[in-house]
Amino acid sequence: MTSRTTAAWTAAIVLSSAPGAGLAIPPGQVWPVSTRQAEAAAGRQDRRTVLHVLNRVTFGPRGRDVDAVDRIGLAAYIERQLHPERIADPGLDQRLTGLPTLEMTPGDIVRRFARPLFDARRAGAGPRSSQDGDGPRPVGPALVRAAALPVDELSQQKVLRAIYSERQLEAVLTDFWFNHFNVDARKGLDRFFLNEYERAAIRPHVLGRFRDLLGATAKSPAMLFYLDNWLSTDPNGPHGSAGRGRLSSREARRRRFVDRRSSDGRLDRGAGVTPQKRGLNENYARELMELHTLGVDGGYTQADITEVARAFTGWTIDRPRQGGAAFHFDPRRHDPGDKVVLGHPIPGGARNGARDGEAVLDLLARHPATARAIAGKLARRFVSDEPPLALIDRLAARFRETDGDLREVMRTLLSSSEFLSPDVMRVKTKTPLEFVVSAIRAVDGEVTDARPLVRQISDLGMPLYQCQPPTGYGDTADAWANAGALVARINVAQTIARGGARSGLRRAASLDRNAIGPLSESTAGIVGRATTEWQRVALTLGAPEFQKR
Amino acid sequence: MISRRVILKRGGFALVSLGFAPSFLARTAMAATPGRARRLIAIFQRGAVDGLSVVVPYGEADYYRVRPTIAVPRPAGGDQAALDLDGFFGLHPRLSPLKPFWDRHDLAIVHACGSPAATRSHFDAQDYMESGTPGVKRTADGWLNRYLQVRATERVAAGPAAAVQAVALSAQLPRLLQGRAPALAVRDLGQFGVRGPAAGGFESEYAQAADRVLNGVGRDAFDAMKTLRLADPRHYRPENGVRYPRSPFGRALQQIAQLCKAEVGLEIAFAEIGGWDTHVNQGTTQGSLATRLTDFGQSLAALVTDLGERMTDTVVLTMSEFGRAVAENGNRGTDHGHGNAMLLIGGGVKGGRVYGRWPGLAAHQRYDGRDLAITTDFRDVFAEVVVKHLGLRSAAAVFPGYAVDPTRFPGLF
Repeated sequence: MTSRTTAAWTAAIVLSSAPGAGLAIPPGQVWPVSTRQAEAAAGRQDRRTVLHVLNRVTFGPRGRDVDAVDRIGLAAYIERQLHPERIADPGLDQRLTGLPTLEMTPGDIVRRFARPLFDARRAGAGPRSSQDGDGPRPVGPALVRAAALPVDELSQQKVLRAIYSERQLEAVLTDFWFNHFNVDARKGLDRFFLNEYERAAIRPHVLGRFRDLLGATAKSPAMLFYLDNWLSTDPNGPHGSAGRGRLSSREARRRRFVDRRSSDGRLDRGAGVTPQKRGLNENYARELMELHTLGVDGGYTQADITEVARAFTGWTIDRPRQGGAAFHFDPRRHDPGDKVVLGHPIPGGARNGARDGEAVLDLLARHPATARAIAGKLARRFVSDEPPLALIDRLAARFRETDGDLREVMRTLLSSSEFLSPDVMRVKTKTPLEFVVSAIRAVDGEVTDARPLVRQISDLGMPLYQCQPPTGYGDTADAWANAGALVARINVAQTIARGGARSGLRRAASLDRNAIGPLSESTAGIVGRATTEWQRVALTLGAPEFQKR
Repeated sequence: MISRRVILKRGGFALVSLGFAPSFLARTAMAATPGRARRLIAIFQRGAVDGLSVVVPYGEADYYRVRPTIAVPRPAGGDQAALDLDGFFGLHPRLSPLKPFWDRHDLAIVHACGSPAATRSHFDAQDYMESGTPGVKRTADGWLNRYLQVRATERVAAGPAAAVQAVALSAQLPRLLQGRAPALAVRDLGQFGVRGPAAGGFESEYAQAADRVLNGVGRDAFDAMKTLRLADPRHYRPENGVRYPRSPFGRALQQIAQLCKAEVGLEIAFAEIGGWDTHVNQGTTQGSLATRLTDFGQSLAALVTDLGERMTDTVVLTMSEFGRAVAENGNRGTDHGHGNAMLLIGGGVKGGRVYGRWPGLAAHQRYDGRDLAITTDFRDVFAEVVVKHLGLRSAAAVFPGYAVDPTRFPGLF
């Protein structure tokens, strides 16, 4: 490394010595590229604001994004991102062609990747007694690997999309809403259902109506399975435990031997034997109100939970293990009685019992507490860990007056003064996904294999599609700022900087200086003193400043 | 002795050039003072170990009736039969390395213990056992992390916790330790750290970071690295002639012992061992379960023996998400069940006893007609450890939604 390059690097660094405020940039700062700065500084569109918006609307700025915004202006850039359907994305499509399970239905996936495994387990295990359980049978590793393929491909897709999609806001929001309606791939059959879940239930609705998004998740095999609603049954109906007296003695005898649980779906008995579903399961009803809509302080009671659970009885999955694997309303499991939810009567006896659940979703989607909960969560993701209440009020109002039009809510958010305020620039701590992806984008990395990146994100504590609780991953600093994770981040920064097979990148990284925001004086000095380019890159990507967005 | 060792090691660090005091040394010194926190080593047997083979109720005729091919034989001397514990229960013979601890009253067993939630899903049951809130899935943190949170509030006067107060020897931080309180997942002590010529640069960056949170986390991270280097993982010699099994579990426990001995302020350690989901050909005194138990028993015995005197303030606690069905299935294995056995070793535990009311194995005594019933809620065991061993004033905040009642404690301490 020549001293000339080093000097150029040092000069390219913004000097900020304001104590206690990583972003308060004093006058006299030096910007990496300043040709357009004078003109830009006249309006809102200074370089800092551009980087800020890119840090929130995208998975991290690339140098050419900065150029693009300079060219078309911030407002036009945001408007463009609010309409992903108008953005061509051939580069991403090209990269996803090698991942065929992305387009498959759960039925396809179950038939191609799950059935062979189930069959092998049955064949390999010999005759089964009535006491047989629900655990895995020893089978060949090839079948086990094949069964893991759909989630492997989905994870690669997520990383590739985050890095390369031109529809960045859509990708960011897909991550946000998947996490809001979290489903863990490790729960039984869910690993076969997630590709469709993200593709059909989440992504098409992230800038659409909240009610559509909510309804799509409610009917998805992924959610029905994850929160056990597929098992929920009117206890007084023909399939319920209280209805056992109505069963033939043979059926009753069979049922005694059927595993009571099986909510992890491992049950795999002979044809015609279905898992036991003999009572009300409140799991979905509770999380629907607490996590998906009203929020924990949304004013519902345990009685409301039970009523909502009754309304959703019969919302189940058609033959999940045989390759049906689609939403199915089973009137025989449905509780046809009257319900009262949050004081609103839902009269029973509807000719189509599935209407009860739809009525609950209508009620919850339009409830003021839901508007507020969603507004607060979006503001937390896009603005700050503790967003201004006035902003939440305005977003909630916009949500209500547009009947939950998420594009309008996002437009209001992204044009708000709170969002553009210098006070919130670089105050959000990146999640592991955001950190890794933003690093690849900052170096404009050419990914030859996304799997090492998926592993890195997992090593940083955020295994993709494997968040156990229905709360999803945390979105505030305290969830991600810890010592072990920081050591891992620094090592990932070094791996990415070196490039090569371990990183999944074609070549060693070189920094697009345009994409890096201001560095503190001390960081700039440390980076400037490094003797090789890869160290400079590593020290930049691993620096405190780059852990924030 | 201990503090001298720390000071000797100190010479090995080139910290002076960085121009700031190594805060970990102050913390280490504090941790080494008398009256320091006691230690818990939590072991998770993932996959639901068959507690009826680990602690065999050989006094039950039903046990042999419903397990014609996989029952562990009644004690008869030798290593192909259960080792008698108390005239009714026997230890699996592959766990013979643990028998001396029982004889010395250092090993206690809680049988017919588990979660009140009915689930037979590995996924959900592990979740509940680690969150400590059976039936409630949305709990964000694990009960051991909540313990650390509460402990931190009681510690204000005593100063900050050590950088490595809680360490999981696993790739991912287990749910048990997830939460607001700092906890570290370390796959291998020798691998933990930042290597390469830029390492010092990163340390300086974080030492001078304006962001207070990152500044603190950075200090913790680099302290932890130095602290773990103190344990000197590459040149470790176990004491008392111990040899750890060369299995992942054995290595994990050896590294926990290293951390304990390095006196770096470790309070909570975690390790896990899988392979217990024995639906097929479980075996008896030989076979797949016996092989796993050999590793499990030898590793635990090595840890306890290696720690020696240090076991007086350390408890080893084992857990597994649920037990297995009382009767064997058609594949000479066992399916998912309910109640299970937990082991506790060391730390003033009143050992040599099987705790908990024994519900019996007759069909009408079983849970759902098929599984070992639960007579001790696992939270009562955990809460007793938290209060009586770790010394928390109250375990109420550690187990939200549960009325922790000391009169329900099994009386282990």
